[in-house]
Parts: sequence; C-alpha cells; structure tokens
Amino acid sequence: MTTAAVPLARSFRVERGTTTSRITALVGLALLVMFATLPAWGSGGTMKLLVEVFTLLAMAQMWNLLAGYAGLVSIGQQAFVGVGAYGLYLFMDLGDLSPVPAIAAMAVGATVIALLTSLFAFRLRGGYFAIGTWVIAEVFRLVVSQVGALGAGTGVTIQSLVAMAPPDRLALTYWLAIGVGFGSIVVAALVVRSRLGLALRAVRDSEVSAASLGVGVTATKRMVYVIASVGCAIAGAVYYLQLLRIQPTAAFGVDWTVVMIFIVVIGGLGRIEGPIVGAIVFFALQEVLADYGSAYLVALGLVTIAIVLLAPRGLWGLIVARRPMALFAVERRLAFTRAADPDPMEAS
Amino acid sequence: MEWLNAIVQGLLLGGLYAMLATGLSLVFGVMRLVNLAHGDLGLLAAFVALVIVGTTGIGPFASLLIVVPLMMGLGYVLQRVILNRTMEGGVLSSVLVTFGLAVVLQNGLLTIFTADSRGLDVGSLETASLQITDRLIVGWLPLITLGTAVVILVALQLMLDRTQLGRALRAASDDGEAARIVGIDNRHLFGLAMAIALGTVAIGGVFLGIRTTFAPADGPALLIFAYEAVIIGGLGSLWGTLVGGIILGVSQTVGGQINPAYQILAGHLVFLAILLLRPEGLFPRPGVRQA
Repeated sequence: MTTAAVPLARSFRVERGTTTSRITALVGLALLVMFATLPAWGSGGTMKLLVEVFTLLAMAQMWNLLAGYAGLVSIGQQAFVGVGAYGLYLFMDLGDLSPVPAIAAMAVGATVIALLTSLFAFRLRGGYFAIGTWVIAEVFRLVVSQVGALGAGTGVTIQSLVAMAPPDRLALTYWLAIGVGFGSIVVAALVVRSRLGLALRAVRDSEVSAASLGVGVTATKRMVYVIASVGCAIAGAVYYLQLLRIQPTAAFGVDWTVVMIFIVVIGGLGRIEGPIVGAIVFFALQEVLADYGSAYLVALGLVTIAIVLLAPRGLWGLIVARRPMALFAVERRLAFTRAADPDPMEAS
Repeated sequence: MEWLNAIVQGLLLGGLYAMLATGLSLVFGVMRLVNLAHGDLGLLAAFVALVIVGTTGIGPFASLLIVVPLMMGLGYVLQRVILNRTMEGGVLSSVLVTFGLAVVLQNGLLTIFTADSRGLDVGSLETASLQITDRLIVGWLPLITLGTAVVILVALQLMLDRTQLGRALRAASDDGEAARIVGIDNRHLFGLAMAIALGTVAIGGVFLGIRTTFAPADGPALLIFAYEAVIIGGLGSLWGTLVGGIILGVSQTVGGQINPAYQILAGHLVFLAILLLRPEGLFPRPGVRQA
C-alpha cells in the first residue's frame, strides 16, 4: 500500500507574510519618510496637490472596502464627505477646538450618523442599495441647506482656519493628509486580513453559504459600512482643511463618489493595491486632461465602462495576471515545514 | 382649499413619476437590472425632442412619433451590445456600468447643450385649465399626463397578460434559467425589455420637458424620483408603481405647500419612512425580491 507511506499529519503552519509583502512594507516605510520630509525640500504647490492625492486615495480605499470586499455599491459616500466638512466647521468654529481634536470629535459623530443611515440603507439590496444611499446623501444636502447655523444654501468658511498662518496650516493639512492616505491603506489591510475580512469575502461570494457557516451577514456588512463611512468622513475633513470654504452642493455632490469609483475600478476592485494604482492614473489623467471639463468626465465614464466589461480586475489585475504577486500580506497560505514535501497549497 | 389643491396637483404629478418609473421597474422585474442611467436616458429623450422640434418645426407631442422609436432602438442596442455583458458579472458590474453610462450621458449632454435650462413649448395648452370649483383649478396638461400614464400601464399590463412576448417576459422574471431551458432567447428578450423601458421613459422625459424646464444635470433627480416611486409602490407591480408615483407626487406638493424649500425633501422623507416601516413597499408582487 503506497498510501500508507504518506504521513497523514504533515507539519505545517499558516503564513501570511511573503517576501514581496516584506519588501512592500520597507518600500512603504521609505515612501512615508520621503513624503513626511517633503515640506523641508518640496514646493507648496506639490504639497497642495499631494493633499488632494492622499485624501482621495483614502476615500477610494474606503469605497473599495465597501464595494470590493463587502459587495455594497454605495453611490452615496458623498454624504460622509459632507459630514466630515461640516463636522470640521462645527467643532472648530462653533466648538472652538483645534483641527485634530475637531476631527476626532467629528469622527465620533460620523460613527453615530453611519449607524443611523445603515438602518435605512440596509433595508435595500444591490442596485437599489446604490440609489438608496444616493437619496440619503441628497437628504443630508437638502437638510443642511435649510440650517441657518450651517450657512444654509450658501455655505460657510472655516474662520478659525483662515486665522491660522498659511504655512502652518499647509504643513498641518499636509501631514494629516499623509496620515489618512497611509492610514487608509493600513486600515484596509488590517480589516481584510482580520476575521472580519474573511467573513466579508464569504458574504460577498455567497450570503447564504456564509450565513450557514455562522457568519453574521448583516452585522459584518454594517461594521464595514461604518468603518468605510467614518474613514471617508475623516478624509473629507482633511480635504476641507485645505479648501476652507464649504458649500452644500459641492460637499454633498455625487462627484466625490464618481471619483472614488473611477479610482477603484481603474486600479482594481477588491485589491488593496487597486486604489493606489487607480489614484496615480487618475491624477496623471487629471493633470493632462482636466482642462477639457465635461468632455474629460465623458472619457472617465467610458473608461470605467470599458474596464468593468473588459478587465474587471482593473489595471492591477492585468499586472498580476502577468506576474502573480501580492504586495500586502492579507491572504493566508499553508507553509509546509519539511523541504521534501510538495508545493504548499494556497489558501486564501 | 389650498391643501386640496396641493393634493390634486400632487396626484397629477404622480402620473409623470409613474411614467418615468415604469421602465425602471420592468427592467428590474425581467432581468434584475437596476439601471442607474435611467433618469439620464429620459432626459436624453427630452433633448432629442428639443432638437427635432427645433429642426423640423413639429410640436413636442408629434415629436414622440420619432423620439420613442429612436429611444426604443437605442435601448435594444444598449442592452445587446453592453448591458447583456454585465449580466454574468452580477449586480456589481451592472451597477458600475450603468453608473458609468449615467456619467457619460450627463456630461455628454452638458458638452453639447451647455448647462442652460430648456423647455418644450406646446403653446396655449401649457396654461389651459379646467375649473372644477371656484377655488380648484386643474391644468389640462397634468390631466393628459396622468391619462397617458394610465394608458401606458394598461397597455403594458395587456401586453404582459395576453401576448407571446408578455409570457416570455413573465417567464424570465419568474425564473430566468428555466425560461432559457424552454427555449427563450434571453439576450433578445432582455433587449426588447430595455427597448420598452426606454420607450416609456422617453414619453416621460418629453412630458417632463413640456411641464417644466430641464437641464443636463437633472438626470439624477429623475432617476431618484422614478426609484422612489418603484420602492414606495412595491417591486414588480405596475399598478403599485402608479400608486408609488402618486404618493411621491402628493408628498412633494404638500411639502411644497408648507414651504417651497421642502418640496423635494418631503418626498425623500416619505420614501425613507416607508423604507423603515414597510421595506417591501405598499403593493409588492409576491416572490419579487431585490437582487
């Protein structure tokens, strides 16, 4: 009997880190040092551009958690950009807090708001969830437009930020933007590799099977919805630290979500690397084509459609199809400890 | 009397919303597709009518004879060439593709027609009205709109109940896989469903253009009103959609009577209340669920 020769219990361990992921961590650290020291050697214009890049990257990472991992396509994340912007105004100008405590206080409020909106949005599914979140964002816009203390339809300017010395304000905003940009990647990686991340992928692939295995489907989705929404609100607040002027139509505008979707879809839905690639492409295109205005947006829409139909895993998907790699250690694999054993099986 | 007037106006406005919503509901019922470009496609029809009226000199109502077949053809081609390809990829890809399409249409219209508001002129009919009591006046145009909505719904219901196409559509709606096994060509059928949907939303778009001014940025609002009518009425029910449209219309006009700034908000709030209290809508067809 040849089968008896194979030991039944081979020794193995579950690994997540790979050589690539360790290199990524080192490169990431080097990039963080480079970006963090940029105020010492870079120009103000570069810093302002990077504030946009990193805050939009963070929003896109959060949208990717929702759509790519939880299968919740929201067209209403602009609701939370607006919450971040107005929360910043509320706690800075009316509450007299400095920027960082104001953002922390806003994040607590955003958590409550996200939980409340989930009570409505989670009654809807699929495409109807998408439009439902959009309606909720519209309700936020219409209500804020009626509140005199929030500047009603004309909006507000954050006076305590105007009072700050511009170089100090730019440096603070810039470092916070670096924080939310890198932070969003770390949060996404932690969520995806956690128990919650496994549950998420199970739910995304089949709700019925996930539920039968004991995954709390709604609780899992709600958790991700809250994380992604609060993350989006924090990124929105940092964006508005730079903008200063808040108007309801802009802060609650669907264009925010259009950009998030474009960045995620073109980079690669359901991969942490995706929004990073997407953000680079988005800003490169914007530098070249933004002067074309609405024709540029037509092009973005067409590219989105083409990518979903022809390369649903985005640019990063095309790259890994040629050379398989994972920059982030979010997948589990079995590593057999004896060299004579066959190739380790992959498990995610 | 002002309140009664507001309710009657809202009831008539509901006809327009039902017209805009029918196609969204039908397409979801048949192929579980939620078309996020639905509102922009209705708006596209209004702009096509504007061009036809401008170049040929015929009236907006007559222009429907060209606009509706054009939009139906566009619907069939759109479904066969693009949207059928998203059917395999599940909800995610159809939502993303139709949202991309919405962005393309909205900005395309903006590029061609600028952000200016336009209107379709039907002359004296726009202001003609019927005096019911000395305080209650009903415009002919809203009456014609509601009447047209009812005619469209009756025609669709007859088509679904009595014709070969209707049977195939109902079969695909009940169980798409089984329908394919018994020989229904889903790709063609889905194309026809989208053609019917864009035909009805085209009529809605043109009536909207006659009733009020419109601009390229209005598509999302049309999508949202149509969607609220569908959800309030209950999925899969044509007459539920009419009732949903009427409830939305009445909420808006009554809200507007309280304060003009509350008009749209009141509709959204009634929608959210129904979502919380009766998420399946008022008249759901048994067995139809959100994908």
